[in-house]
Amino acid sequence: MPVDRPLVVGKIEFRSRLIVGTGKYASFEETKKAIEASGADCVTVAVRRVNILDRSQENLLDYIDPKVYKILPNTAGCYTAEEAVRTARLARTAGISDMVKLEVIGDPKTLFPDNEALLEATRILVKEGFTVLPYTNDDPIMAKKLQDAGAAVVMPLAAPIGSGLGVRNPYNIRIILETISVPIIVDAGVGTASDAAIAMELGCDGVLMNTAIAGAENPIQMAEAMNYAVRAGRLAYLAGRIPKKLYAQASSPVEGMIE
Amino acid sequence: MQVIVNGMEQEVPSGTNLSQLLERFKVQPERVAVEVNLNVIHRQQYSQVSLNDGDQIEIIGFVGGGSSCR
Repeated sequence: MPVDRPLVVGKIEFRSRLIVGTGKYASFEETKKAIEASGADCVTVAVRRVNILDRSQENLLDYIDPKVYKILPNTAGCYTAEEAVRTARLARTAGISDMVKLEVIGDPKTLFPDNEALLEATRILVKEGFTVLPYTNDDPIMAKKLQDAGAAVVMPLAAPIGSGLGVRNPYNIRIILETISVPIIVDAGVGTASDAAIAMELGCDGVLMNTAIAGAENPIQMAEAMNYAVRAGRLAYLAGRIPKKLYAQASSPVEGMIE
Repeated sequence: MQVIVNGMEQEVPSGTNLSQLLERFKVQPERVAVEVNLNVIHRQQYSQVSLNDGDQIEIIGFVGGGSSCR
């Protein structure tokens, strides 16, 4: 039986193959409970200006203890390499992690990445010692370029961010899996548990999601579903599925039938 | 003197350093990162960085988020 190894990103070992976002929840309490139900040990957070005029507001990190969870700052909302690099540098200075989920967005309607700028930002941040986790589209050539630039993992989208469409191009994901050797984490586009399972059955090393959980009618229940789905998909991948056939193949013996 | 903190003009006594600025806004230095005129300042240096009139300061922290927003 193939023994599973943990997901390793750079030098960091993960307990879970599910990474979750912390946005769009009704409250910090709900965020905390959903993350617990998901079984994830790594959560991604956005980098934003502190509200200096009202210090009464609670802080996300009061609920998500950085001693318990690996905090993965992201560059969500950045549209240029400069902005993304600046955001990553600031995030690292806060002293919580060297990891960065690198996003350089090319267009507000699709939220597809600007690959050229993404590659440029990856090169700069790798040189500065960051563990870079780039969000990219499902393009095998781009995946290879990101790996060659020193990205710790490559994170192709399943479908547009927040769309819930599931893995739109499993064939491209398969080619990416054959093309590169760093871990592949499907980032964005998952809608429900089966989508996450499909990504894992393809052989991906992990799945990152936010909206699929936070936007569900019951986020905590969906978080638990995703916890199972990622593990089920991984096990099915390791177990090796049967080949698909056009015709039936009886599963009971033909011998010994009553005549 | 006037400095710009997170995009807002703020009046502070001249000679204010970064530590004093954070104190003024009740910001705990842990869990935030600070930039002065686009230069990232490390936490250990906050008390040594004196601010000048017109300085642009960014104080950032971590908030809930997954992937990009518009």
